[in-house]
Amino acid sequence: MSAKTLYDKLWDSHEVRKNDDGTSLLYIDRQLIHEVTSPQAFEGLRLANRKPWRVSANLATPDHNVPTTNRAEGIADPISKIQVETLDKNCQDFGITEFKMNDIRQGIVHVIGPEQGATLPGMTLVCGDSHTSTHGAFGTLAFGVGTSEVEHVLATQCLIQKKSKNMLVRVDGQLKPGVTAKDIILAIIGTIGTAGGTGYAIEFAGEAIRSLSMEGRMTISNMAIEAGARAGMIAVDDTTIEYVKGKTYAPKDEQWEMAVQYWKNFHSDEGADFDKEVILDASCIEPQVTWGTSPEMTIAINEQIPDPNQESDPVKKEGMKAALKYMGLEAGKPINEVLVDVVFIGSCTNSRIEDMRAAAEIARGRKVADNVQQALVVPGSGLIKQQAEAEGLDEIFKEAGFEWREPGCSMCLAMNADRLEPGQRCASTSNRNFEGRQGQGGRTHLVSPAMAAAAAVAGHFIDASQLAATSGSDVSGSAV
Amino acid sequence: MEKFTKLSAIAVPLDRANVDTDAIIPKQFLKSIKRSGFGPNLFDEWRYLDHGEPGMDNSNRPLNPDFVLNQPRYQGAQILLARDNFGCGSSREHAPWALEDYGIRVIIAPSFADIFYNNCFKNGLLPIVLPEETVDDLFKLVEANEGLKLTVDLEQKTITADTGLKINFELDEFRRHCLLEGLDEIGLTLAHADEIRQYEEKQKKITPWLFNE
Ligand code: SF4
Repeated sequence: MSAKTLYDKLWDSHEVRKNDDGTSLLYIDRQLIHEVTSPQAFEGLRLANRKPWRVSANLATPDHNVPTTNRAEGIADPISKIQVETLDKNCQDFGITEFKMNDIRQGIVHVIGPEQGATLPGMTLVCGDSHTSTHGAFGTLAFGVGTSEVEHVLATQCLIQKKSKNMLVRVDGQLKPGVTAKDIILAIIGTIGTAGGTGYAIEFAGEAIRSLSMEGRMTISNMAIEAGARAGMIAVDDTTIEYVKGKTYAPKDEQWEMAVQYWKNFHSDEGADFDKEVILDASCIEPQVTWGTSPEMTIAINEQIPDPNQESDPVKKEGMKAALKYMGLEAGKPINEVLVDVVFIGSCTNSRIEDMRAAAEIARGRKVADNVQQALVVPGSGLIKQQAEAEGLDEIFKEAGFEWREPGCSMCLAMNADRLEPGQRCASTSNRNFEGRQGQGGRTHLVSPAMAAAAAVAGHFIDASQLAATSGSDVSGSAV
Repeated sequence: MEKFTKLSAIAVPLDRANVDTDAIIPKQFLKSIKRSGFGPNLFDEWRYLDHGEPGMDNSNRPLNPDFVLNQPRYQGAQILLARDNFGCGSSREHAPWALEDYGIRVIIAPSFADIFYNNCFKNGLLPIVLPEETVDDLFKLVEANEGLKLTVDLEQKTITADTGLKINFELDEFRRHCLLEGLDEIGLTLAHADEIRQYEEKQKKITPWLFNE
């Protein structure tokens, strides 16, 4: 038998049938559902008089549209309210498990899946959301789907899919201190481009990836879609199994033993063939800050904003010019001199407990700079919020002048009340810096949690490790 | 789903790379629980000078005269010419819904983002991938010839025009078949219900934990 990639193994073990035209009917083990991309899918089921194929394969929670303050008062925006209530009603009518807005287990879909053990190695998982690639960190084939496909999975537990090509992104060696998973993935996207993974399923491998915790790995696979790949994945190892153990929906007792044996096979075989390979040296990766309106527009914290006139490709050059104009930035300016107005720590990329700890570590004993108008910390789930509070992180944040919020997508996409005003500049731990993503006219710079917290206390971008080296107070102004 | 066989229509050139789904239909309109009615808000932030919110009367809003969709010569366009990586970003199917509701049936670009590309076929939209130079030539042709109609023929897999233009394009056979017939994919899959059940029975022995109720 020839050597297989991780993706090949996941694909082959879920193929129900091969169609004549080269597509396959792929079995989907788990579907996560949220309020924005599901109402029309449930409506479709009703109109066609269809029932869910396997109710227990689905798990739902509202996240995109929920308020992050005053939950007890309900949702003020009437249109958002209808959407969340529609999810509640659909889940009730069809018998689907839902963590409702005021349930402690509620949170961002991509945070609660792994947290609950609803995401397991070796499975296929979909959700009507492009950052479903997050779950690939578990050696899972996970990808985002549209609403018609949400309906298709509800009705048949399958999807008609064409297999992607295999791509390997290997990050060799060890990271420098202060460099995080977020910096790795931004550096990868900066290298291969936002369309570099289009048509591929990416496997992230190499020593630097292996050394990451599961949370760091999720940050990596979360942004595979920003490199154009629908799915990004990481092989199963002891770190994976250790993380899954004991989670609510994880297998127990004999099933656990059986599962562990089964999961250990979910890695690429020695000598497996990839259609494309990219290799990065971890020791060369610096803390990243994006400067433009696409995640590939990223530079190291010690670099200057690039000059479009140095770009030879005319389409890229125009893109860079438009980005600089939108971002209100000049070529040549060192990024660490750029002032920020707002800081957002949250999203399915960076809202887990380790992210909270990394940001709190920087915030401890410091104050949000005067020029920063708002600094938000939005944990990814109710359980993370509870954990952070048990560790006293909320107090550290509040003491420093950050706002401590209820879980949800919040300012990652600004569908609820948390949004940027036109022209406001934000250091954000989310995953998209597209025009208007965090509010019309808002300017987003993607960074790691430590870098976001550092920007909050310094008032401008700054290398978090440089800041960590100084004690407590008075760091603002040093580079302005 | 509406069938697609052949269409003769004006093409509107949208000269930007990496047009993401939030530009196609901004997030505030995603709060709708319906599938239709997104057309007036297609490209909302580029198309209007004010900020759009759901429930507004769009007919009274100030149009951005510079935006290509608003130019008189492109009114009634049903074909969209686009650049690389069209439809990137969020997986929202509201993007094809908005295009379709506006009247667009064909999008021609050098490349599409995967999820958007898939979503098009579920909604009777035909995305056509052509080499970059060919797309570039089409931009020039359309811009130089006001009122020119392109004819997209899915049976023949051709794009033609009165100017003598003839381009062949490729498309996956299954997708072409579904579009031509307007087939419901769920119905097609349910025709294999027995195979799905057999697969489940087999898997229950290998991965029983995935089938715990
Ligand atoms: S946190 Fe942001 S990227 Fe993640 S699911 Fe929510 S809106 Fe999407």
